[in-house]
Amino acid sequence: MADIFDAYALADAWDEMFVRPGEVRTAYEPVLAALQPIEPSELRFRADQMARAFTDRGVTYAFAGEERPWPLDLVPRILDALEWDLIQRGVAQRVRALEAYLGDAYGHCRAFEDGVVPWRLLLNSPHFHRVAHGVEPPGGVRIHVAGIDLVRDEAGDFRVLEDNVRVPSGVSYVIENRRAMTRIFPSLFAEQHVVPVDGYAQKLLAALRKAAPDGADDPRVVVLTPGPSNAAYFEHALLARLMGVQLVEGHDLVCRGNRVWMRTTRGEVPVHVVYRRLDDDFLDPLHFRPDSVIGCPGIMSAAMAGNVTLANAVGNGIADDKLLYTYVPDLIRYYLGEEPILPNVESFRPDEPGQLDAVLDQIDQLVIKPVDGAGGQGIVIGPKADAETLRRTREAVLADPRGFIAQRPVALSTSPTLAGERMAPRHIDLRPFAVNDGNDVWVLPGGLTRVALQEGNLIVNSSQGGGSKDTWVLAEGPAEPLDEVPSTEGLPEVAPRQLGPDGNPTFVEEGAQQQ
Amino acid sequence: MSDVILSRIAEALTWTGRYVERADATGRILDAYLHRMLEDPWRDEDAACRSLYAILGVDAGAERVDMQQVLDQLAFDSRSTCSIEGALGAARLNARSAREAVSSEMWECLNSTWHALADQRRAARRTGPYAYLELVRARAALFFGLADSTMSRDDSWRFVVLGRSLERVDMTVRLLSVRVLDAAHAPDWTTLLSASGADEAYARVHSGFGDNARVAEFLLLDRDFPRSALHALTTAEECLSALGRPRQDPARRPIGRLRTRLEYLDLTALQDQLPALLGDLQQACMASAEAVAERFFPYQGPVIWAQEGA
Repeated sequence: MADIFDAYALADAWDEMFVRPGEVRTAYEPVLAALQPIEPSELRFRADQMARAFTDRGVTYAFAGEERPWPLDLVPRILDALEWDLIQRGVAQRVRALEAYLGDAYGHCRAFEDGVVPWRLLLNSPHFHRVAHGVEPPGGVRIHVAGIDLVRDEAGDFRVLEDNVRVPSGVSYVIENRRAMTRIFPSLFAEQHVVPVDGYAQKLLAALRKAAPDGADDPRVVVLTPGPSNAAYFEHALLARLMGVQLVEGHDLVCRGNRVWMRTTRGEVPVHVVYRRLDDDFLDPLHFRPDSVIGCPGIMSAAMAGNVTLANAVGNGIADDKLLYTYVPDLIRYYLGEEPILPNVESFRPDEPGQLDAVLDQIDQLVIKPVDGAGGQGIVIGPKADAETLRRTREAVLADPRGFIAQRPVALSTSPTLAGERMAPRHIDLRPFAVNDGNDVWVLPGGLTRVALQEGNLIVNSSQGGGSKDTWVLAEGPAEPLDEVPSTEGLPEVAPRQLGPDGNPTFVEEGAQQQ
Repeated sequence: MSDVILSRIAEALTWTGRYVERADATGRILDAYLHRMLEDPWRDEDAACRSLYAILGVDAGAERVDMQQVLDQLAFDSRSTCSIEGALGAARLNARSAREAVSSEMWECLNSTWHALADQRRAARRTGPYAYLELVRARAALFFGLADSTMSRDDSWRFVVLGRSLERVDMTVRLLSVRVLDAAHAPDWTTLLSASGADEAYARVHSGFGDNARVAEFLLLDRDFPRSALHALTTAEECLSALGRPRQDPARRPIGRLRTRLEYLDLTALQDQLPALLGDLQQACMASAEAVAERFFPYQGPVIWAQEGA
């Protein structure tokens, strides 16, 4: 019988499933055992079924102007309890440090006075908004939701690739991936002990309600979306539905007397917390881009007056700037007095004296990233770039050293992924999501594993044609096997079902002549 | 002539409504339970299956039970009208014996559903029961949608809706009973809500989750949610009042009393009263169904009223 793993040749990277060809990692044994006997045609059948289910449910994304089903690969990505413990602590630590940095940068600026971070990093940042200065959000929380991108390097260690503390997206796909996988491979799930992911909406709602301004007894939370044409609209709608709150667009809100109201059939009702999925620039035409028609005029003033909480806070962009990224390990030491749990990828700052030349000299061996790029845009991978691209990149960096960082290329770990009718190694990353309620940073078990569907490709964003995998965090230790049959005592007495006629009278044929 | 309806037809219509609702509710409960069992790494399969059996009033036996057995018995067993397939089969036969009273579209819906089940059952053995359960839900919705859009609002329609409403109260009460009377083995409130198709409706009303008292209150007392006991009782009572003549209608009385009791319930004492209340609700539904049979289907014929255990 054809084995879908027959032709699986390890790439030059850490493989999630195999130690070496034929030797599978412990956590993956049940998955391999379940997948191996499946015929390629059967796998294809299930993949097609899943794609149809995604299309039917509207779980799609826009690729090249076309609505495509969310690409979920059939092979899950597995993290054991120890790995997850490390990731979870590392992500929470990172969020706490970034939170402290934001509070500092929009407050006393101690880190700048103490020389931990240079002033220019703040003053040059396109995301530094003066209007956010001096605004003290309820509970001191500016990062309600964070998505921290991790990769696993050649040695198998997790490293932080970037922080997202403005409007990180993708969590809906974590929820939908799990839903799809339990339906496509129920038997596989029945044998595993995978930590559930369905608590996210409750955690988020609790954190958002807790972030409400003082005095709101029963705070009203809304999700603010740019509208149905936004690529992440599905996610906005899902979160609103799961939380049971309204999904509003800018023109559904109206600001008066420094308060925010929502236009409803019962008149205007007050809004206390806005989980906004709009960038700062579009949020309020009075303060930011005057041409924005998807924002809500006056919402920023209401936030400054302390009458509405914006989640995440305005101005968070100074903390997920790719240049600031290079300082985060120092910030963890400075604010928290702890050593970073998850290391960065080794990085260079072209805008720092001395480093520019070093970067330009070895540009063909580095990854060059624009500091405010999103979705993998503008990234140049030195070793793979042609001479012309390198020349243009060198010029761009020289012209604007503040606009770029350089990193050692990391061969992202690979995971078996269905390519055509066989398994092939594809590079993956991981975006865990954290919810911060001010006391506690909770990390959703797992996160979004994105996979680069093209062979050898290192960029995994779905806007670049990437796919995804369901991410399983295994529960610590298997559940206790039960030996004896549990007693039925305690099960309630419920009345028997009432039954009706069978509707099939027996004498019908006697009285009717068939013609 | 349209105001006259044969007893036999009335009975078949009532049971068609009941059985389709039973298949729908059973499908929802199975879906929610199976999903929960798969997603919960700390599950105890045997205990969860037992609580499922308890909800549906089926004897689990002494042996350990697993999901496959649950499916075989509660979804695929065509001989038992407590299973999805059995209930849909019985609904189809009942509708066939009332062919002139139900619209062609309703009959075809049940018939094609019945034929489609075999394929989905085979597929379920390969990839799991979700497509099967989804089909059941979709077809039940289609059936009642067709009833609403192709039947006159006459007595025939009322019997269909009456059957659906009585079964609905029964199912909601069963779900709650297991949770209230056997907290140790019971599903969590989230599962309970999704088993009633109420998770999103509940979230919209309460913007919060997992509060025991509020979930029970919602499933019993919410005026607007169509699967709440109060809503279904109200609908059943409306049907009976439109059908009935006597002031002291023995079919309507038990339901009306419970409906009033629910409407004026002291919410602070709800938790304490729940066990007794659930028992009374179930009794009232059974009493009403029996009185309906006695009054509207009062003949001895080839169709025999049978009750399990009697």
